[in-house]
Amino acid sequence: MKYTFDFASLQEYWPEFLRGALMTLEMTAIATVLGMVIGVLCAIGRRGKRPWLAALCGAYVEVVRNTPYLIQIFFIFFGLASAGLKLPIFAAAILTMVFNVGAYTAEIVRAGMDTIHPGQIEAAEALGLSVPQIYWDVILRPALERVYPSLTGQFVLMMLSSSVTSQISAEELTGVANSVQSESFRSFETFIVVAVLYFLMAMLLKFAFFLVGQAMFPRRRRLGTPL
Amino acid sequence: MGGSFTVNHFLYLLQGVGWTVVLSALAFALGGVAGFGVMLLRTARSALLRRISFLYVQLIQGTPLLILLFVVYFGLGVVGIELPPLLAAGVSLMVYCSAFLGEIWRGCVESVPRTQWEASEGLALTRWQTLVDVILPQAARIATPPTVGFLVQVLKSTSLASVVGFVELTRAAQVVNNSLFTPFLVFGIAGVLYFALCYPLSRWSRSLERKLNVGRRQAA
Amino acid sequence: MSAVVKLHDIHKSFGAIEVLKGVSFEIDRGEVVAIIGRSGSGKSTALRCINRLETIQSGTLEVCGHRLDQPTLDLRALRQDVGMVFQSYNLFPHLTVEQNITLAPRRVKRLPNSQARALAQESLERVGLAEKIDCYPEQLSGGQQQRVAIARSLAMQPKVMLFDEVTSALDPQLTGEVLRVMETLAQGGMTMAVVTHEMTFARRVADRVIFMHQGRVWETGPGEMLENPQTPELQAFLSNGL
Repeated sequence: MKYTFDFASLQEYWPEFLRGALMTLEMTAIATVLGMVIGVLCAIGRRGKRPWLAALCGAYVEVVRNTPYLIQIFFIFFGLASAGLKLPIFAAAILTMVFNVGAYTAEIVRAGMDTIHPGQIEAAEALGLSVPQIYWDVILRPALERVYPSLTGQFVLMMLSSSVTSQISAEELTGVANSVQSESFRSFETFIVVAVLYFLMAMLLKFAFFLVGQAMFPRRRRLGTPL
Repeated sequence: MGGSFTVNHFLYLLQGVGWTVVLSALAFALGGVAGFGVMLLRTARSALLRRISFLYVQLIQGTPLLILLFVVYFGLGVVGIELPPLLAAGVSLMVYCSAFLGEIWRGCVESVPRTQWEASEGLALTRWQTLVDVILPQAARIATPPTVGFLVQVLKSTSLASVVGFVELTRAAQVVNNSLFTPFLVFGIAGVLYFALCYPLSRWSRSLERKLNVGRRQAA
Repeated sequence: MSAVVKLHDIHKSFGAIEVLKGVSFEIDRGEVVAIIGRSGSGKSTALRCINRLETIQSGTLEVCGHRLDQPTLDLRALRQDVGMVFQSYNLFPHLTVEQNITLAPRRVKRLPNSQARALAQESLERVGLAEKIDCYPEQLSGGQQQRVAIARSLAMQPKVMLFDEVTSALDPQLTGEVLRVMETLAQGGMTMAVVTHEMTFARRVADRVIFMHQGRVWETGPGEMLENPQTPELQAFLSNGL
């Protein structure tokens, strides 16, 4: 069967696509920041001296990493609604993203912290640094620099998987695509356009993370080598 | 509507587990074959082949699986091929797996020291002989933990097949929840079932990796 | 006597850095040539050009009748005539000693398994390690691994053997056992090019010594030239104890 592509009839929808793409980026930005906070706290919790806290953080990471994001979304969104807590969809979508990416971040950050040689910490203790100072200057900063590539890769993946929030009617790019395709009857073209948009956004995000990395890690900027 | 969660509901979910496993196996097997091809292209001598396969990997890894699924589902439907949901999901997951597995395996092949290629070359082995007899056996050891780890990823990803109406575990849970309206319970159980599938694989992957690291440290 | 290895005016650059600036020398059949020089002098690169692990930019290069500067070169035929032993042994860690040795004879020369094992046995006897045939490389000392690497190369019955700093990664006491194997090979009439830091070996075993400096053949002569260097560069090199 012969099929004629018709991208022209999608032209009128470009403001819609743009709106969706911007919302995806907005959700990603918020979830990245919050996910980072959760992840770092959880990684510290797992290394900490309180066994119950370490166990709790460990359980959180394992549960998230071993269940599908879509199930997490349904559990949180419909679950909270059934318990009488009706969150706005935008907030609910971000909540699920943070819940999800926080666990992956925790695992990556913990792996980074494990690469810090105990001698580094002993040296810092011998110099009289306090525990928070040691965590920030001697453990966290080099650890983050070391895992920065996998960390940012994870956030790019999160941006892509945020498309799943369309299943609870979030109006991000995939949600927009769903309404566009049902109006225009050009499903195939719509999703090709959206695939390209996601690809461009992934490139954009990688570039942005590269710039952030250059700004955050002077050693990497100067020497250009992995730590 | 309403009512309580019964054994029948649970059996229905278990049936969903079965289809989740079938779809995962299908995706992993097809994606493994295609991924092997991608790995060969990514490590090919021809710069053109390397570049084309690099672009393929970037494109697939830069597109959400959900979008890939829609493109395959609607795309093939539009050109007149009516795919059953299982096949549509299988094809898109295969494409997805091929890019990720190809890239994982490329990394493993490239982590075998270049001197092993040189030594084989010096012994007059062909490129293919070198790959099969020298490089792949060594790369396979390194590749096992991340490949098992990726299997977890595949299992979780199959949940997206629910979106095109394939009744695997997630879809089954939605169906049950639509009649009972007990989302915490139903999706909680679905989550536990997924966890029961994935967690042993995660553990296995990690223990394989630990063993590999210990072995390497001794060799060094 | 006819030369089996002929280099004439070889030039080779890595990017902007010219490593070989017109290197010429020949190696006769049965001759043992030691190539010495500082790191960065181009001695290893010259050796690697001889079996085409590196390609040359200009000059003529002929090895066992194969023209390496011609596009018609049959690379696999060349590699069957030229054996190479590396500084880092480069044994295949996932294969036993026997499998390491027989891999190329089985794959390249299509030798049946029974013959291949006999060949492995014979090659191992030449390096004095017959009892290690079923070991894995990691069960052997560095010196033993290097002797297996020599046996692996020998099993292809090469006409020329190249040795690239084969003792540099070894302790002094392990160095001796490898050098003794090489000396036996030399006495057996093998054509050998040996890049080495072992001056005693160069003096005692080599028929000829080539001193390379800054990408050129700086001085060449019999082993005794090491006692009586003609150029200040060789003198400086020798007095540094390297």
